[in-house]
Amino acid sequence: MASAISSPRAGRRPRERLAALSCGLLALPAVAALAAAWGPAEIPPLAVAKLCWSQLAGGTTSASWPSSWPLILFQIRLPRVVLGGLVGMTLAIAGATYQALFRNPLADPYLIGVSSGASLGATLATYFTWRFSWGGLNAISLAAFAGALLATAAIYFLARVGGRTPVTVLILAGVALGAICNAGTTFLIFAAKDAFQSMHAITWIMGSLALADWDRARAILPYLLVGLGVIGWHAHTLNVLQLDEEQAQALGVAVERSKRLLIIAASLATAAVVSVSGVIGFVGLIVPHVVRMLWGPDHRFLLPMSALVGAVALILADGVARNVFAPRELPLGVVTALVGAPFFLHLLRRQKREVF
Amino acid sequence: MHVLEFEGVGFSFRDVPILREVSFAVSPGEFVALIGPNGAGKSTLVRLAAGFLRPQRGRIRLFGRPPQAWRQRELARLMALVPQGAFLPPTYTVWESVLLGRTPYLGFLGWASAQDNRIAREALQQVGGAHLAERLVGELSGGERQRVLLARALAQQPRLLLLDEPTTHLDIHHQVSVLALLSEVCAGGVAVLAVLHDLNLASTFADRVVLLCDGRLLADGPPAEVLRHELLAPAYGNSLKIFPRPDDGGRPAVLPNPERA
Repeated sequence: MASAISSPRAGRRPRERLAALSCGLLALPAVAALAAAWGPAEIPPLAVAKLCWSQLAGGTTSASWPSSWPLILFQIRLPRVVLGGLVGMTLAIAGATYQALFRNPLADPYLIGVSSGASLGATLATYFTWRFSWGGLNAISLAAFAGALLATAAIYFLARVGGRTPVTVLILAGVALGAICNAGTTFLIFAAKDAFQSMHAITWIMGSLALADWDRARAILPYLLVGLGVIGWHAHTLNVLQLDEEQAQALGVAVERSKRLLIIAASLATAAVVSVSGVIGFVGLIVPHVVRMLWGPDHRFLLPMSALVGAVALILADGVARNVFAPRELPLGVVTALVGAPFFLHLLRRQKREVF
Repeated sequence: MHVLEFEGVGFSFRDVPILREVSFAVSPGEFVALIGPNGAGKSTLVRLAAGFLRPQRGRIRLFGRPPQAWRQRELARLMALVPQGAFLPPTYTVWESVLLGRTPYLGFLGWASAQDNRIAREALQQVGGAHLAERLVGELSGGERQRVLLARALAQQPRLLLLDEPTTHLDIHHQVSVLALLSEVCAGGVAVLAVLHDLNLASTFADRVVLLCDGRLLADGPPAEVLRHELLAPAYGNSLKIFPRPDDGGRPAVLPNPERA
């Protein structure tokens, strides 16, 4: 009886969750190695592992591989794979957080316009070549953060009806907001070709990791640590916030303070990844959804599992984007949209039987 | 010392007065039933007591302080609420929902200790819901959901329980068992303030009955003093007939009066 009570449903037993997390932890480096091996210059996956090992062991120069391999791997492919993992992880966690905060399973940084807001901010900073910085944040990150925060605030006030955010209102408001921001971004790119020549202009709108390097990965790390750390710290609060606000308050949660903090944290993390990868849709929608369907809605598990699945998914999607039409590159957002949008439509269709 | 105290409390919503000059108090171990016709202000009174609303006149004391002066987490260890028709996420299991009652006690990253698990399990057993633990909330009947809410409140181990119509959706057997459970909790020193629609349940289980009508407190006293025709008629009209129950020490029984319907 006691064991029956504390281990309720398939997928929600602690042992199953631990097994799932372990699988994810093992799959992530494996997928990363495969993705790093995948490209025009063939490097066998095993050689990737060996190269990484020798680098970690102190950079012993072994002649058992072509001299170009370390350069390709460490300067081109690995930073891209690592950045892809960070972006996927962050989008998945941000998506799960927005879904919990809006109590709406269809919230996603892309669908509610937050990514587009961040993208517009980043483009504005690039267009006007803003140079200011504050607290270690450069102008592009700050502007992306401001854009994400403004977009979130706008959505929050536009889409709330009597304390709830109905699906239709949320999605419509998000689409409209995203369209406005994307129009602004596109106009800025159109108005000033020069300022964006070094950038792949389309990056900001369709998302891409083509600009990935170690500096960018390092630059966003602090914001991800802070943003995702705050969210992880409040995992159980997100569970309680699935009730209405009065119940959450009666259970001891300082509702308004927690919501403000979580919105800021999710916006900060989203803005950081948008500032290096542009707008990548649907990862934040689908990943938490699948995890929730398989293992239940407890955020103490949902957040770390979504992080792993999101990282794996985005690394794979970027592998496809880089290689399918090589040497030309597909925008990453195209790949995620091709997979994600049909899934989104499927979810919309079964809204009657709510999965949240 | 009183657990809950209202002193001349007045509350209006958009200039429409909901409560006027309401004064009463609840002591530890007391079962107080709040009765009154629809729209009397009972739910507003409960929401004021819980600290969701602030009174515009008078003052409210929860464990000696205004509700807003408490830290949310501290207050949730002292007071639990069973709201009326509350929303519960349909994909949470019953067990997960009851465990939410331990929220104000959880430590690092919100993980439940063995003690939290034990207390939540006992709470679920107390409401007769142990067999429901694995079920999804979305699959429950109205009565089962109500018991989950009650178990969650008990898991908070409060010293004051506020309940807004805890027996709606329950059949008479479960109505009686829920109120008997509340009496038992009271005997352990917990104060209960429950909005009850059923005057006979109020009469049978409450130590005191508070009658509210049009935002005013019309009567406050033991069931036999409050459930009298001359007090109930101004609130409910003339359609009631009241008899003393021979089997229950003369506690009043309230029946519809067919002649005055």
